[in-house]
Amino acid sequence: MTSSADPILALAGIRKRFGAVVVADGIDLAVRHGEALGILGPNGAGKTTLFGMVTGNVRPDAGTVTFESRDVTALSPARRCRLGMARSFQVPQPFSGLTVFENLVTAAAFGAGEHESATYDRCAEILERCGLLPLANSRAGTLRLLDRKRLELARALATKPRLLLLDEVAGGLTERECETLVTLIRDLRNTGMTVVWIEHVLHALTAVADRVVVLHGGRLIAEGTATEVVRHPAVAEVYMGIPMDA
Amino acid sequence: MTARVTHGSRIGPIIAIAALLALAAAPWWTDRQGLRLLGEIYAYAALASLWNLLAGYAGLVTVGQQAFVGLGAYTLFGLALLAGVNPLWGIPAAGLIAAIAAVPVAALTFRLRGAYFAIGTWVVAEVFRLGAAQFSALGGGSGTSLPASVLAAIGNRAAREQLFYWLALALAAATILAILLLLRSRHGLALAAIRDNETAARANGIEVDRTRLAVFVIAAAGTAMIGALIFLQKLRISPDAAFSVNDWTALVIFIAVIGGIGRVEGPLLGTALFFLLRESLSQLGSLYLLVLGAVAIAVMLLAPRGLWGLLADRLGWQLFPLARRLEPRSSAPPVPAATTPAREASP
Repeated sequence: MTSSADPILALAGIRKRFGAVVVADGIDLAVRHGEALGILGPNGAGKTTLFGMVTGNVRPDAGTVTFESRDVTALSPARRCRLGMARSFQVPQPFSGLTVFENLVTAAAFGAGEHESATYDRCAEILERCGLLPLANSRAGTLRLLDRKRLELARALATKPRLLLLDEVAGGLTERECETLVTLIRDLRNTGMTVVWIEHVLHALTAVADRVVVLHGGRLIAEGTATEVVRHPAVAEVYMGIPMDA
Repeated sequence: MTARVTHGSRIGPIIAIAALLALAAAPWWTDRQGLRLLGEIYAYAALASLWNLLAGYAGLVTVGQQAFVGLGAYTLFGLALLAGVNPLWGIPAAGLIAAIAAVPVAALTFRLRGAYFAIGTWVVAEVFRLGAAQFSALGGGSGTSLPASVLAAIGNRAAREQLFYWLALALAAATILAILLLLRSRHGLALAAIRDNETAARANGIEVDRTRLAVFVIAAAGTAMIGALIFLQKLRISPDAAFSVNDWTALVIFIAVIGGIGRVEGPLLGTALFFLLRESLSQLGSLYLLVLGAVAIAVMLLAPRGLWGLLADRLGWQLFPLARRLEPRSSAPPVPAATTPAREASP
């Protein structure tokens, strides 16, 4: 049985290497119910691969992924989505031949396992929340980048996730757009959704995350609140090239 | 917010029903030769629609569908000649056998991707052909015919020809209707999603492999039933004719390509164009094949989405709209008309 004291997501001893490149070198990480966790790390640190191993797109060489007290390491991405985890992709991956609305209906009908006509109202609401309603009937392939990013988030929400994994959704947004996004993600958190967010836009992450971990060289090198983490000597070394003993 | 969702115009079904009624009455307005030609047209329209379902929606570009045409035909002949089954029952039996056979074929060929998958399906079809040639009870490599005694169970010659005509029409109409219903259901969304982006489809809860397998099995069953009927009309079967890659795949791909892949209307227009070309150029001999090739190349260069794709893009034509249009009734601003609501393959 799941009790709220158990973490919603637990990674234990996750290892992954691509040839000589180690992207995960024994990662242990637990995410609590309702938490907003930020993941920082320089480019190539293995953040997106880590997401891939959580959602099942990438198979770890070793270790287990536990979601709501259930070992999901061997389950397909589709199965994990239906269990209640959703992700957005760093490079938007819309269903380009479908309309924006149909993108959401598809995610809701399969990811949330709802009867198609029962999804319409909810999908329209999500579109309104994400500012995509005026584009509902446009083909997703015709959207500009910002709207594609919005669609990534909206489609993930349509699957009714309890755990939402966001991969750099704030990159490239203007200051105001970023504020809107932060408000939206905060609202989602307030409804009880657990959020894990990979982001380079630090102030957006700081505004939402309760806790931040820093990934480098396949290891978690720092953990704490956003302010603590940024001051962490190991983080300074990774980002600025300042040696730790300086 | 209360969302209202529409599928757009209702003109397609009206045209389709009118056409269906007119064609069902063909025995009263055309002769035997006309019926045969129409029957052949229906068979190709159905085969091309099924190939389009595989290639244009499920992303399974196969050149091996002749395996199922031949398997269906051989099922019907085998049951009729060796077990004394009424040949008409051979048609649904062909569908069933092909559906079962499609599972191991998929298990073998789905490991391959793209061009390798295409070649793999062709190889499987060749194995089927060579297997049929080993079957001496059905004439081995030279094939066999349905004797008059078997056909007598169906009726006299005139009654038979009419029955075969209506069967061909019914089978084609049922195939196209089934494809439309499939594409309009949530599974149609899943297929479009898989075609557009497999990774995102998986991440959004769609079982990609299971969906593809289901489509492959359905297409195999439909293809085999049409194959069974084609050879019931021909009364004669041989491995080379039943498993012909030219007749049952190359021409079918030609039809789908010139009509437009990834649209329900494409193969129907393509079939009409192909038979127009064939009937008007048949006296040209081998030059006719050159013309077909030139037409295919011209369409691929000038209208890569096929001729129906060209019409739909330029004029916004849709006979069977599939897109779900959202028309919210709320304080929010109305949703402006989308520029291209048609569901189509992304370039």
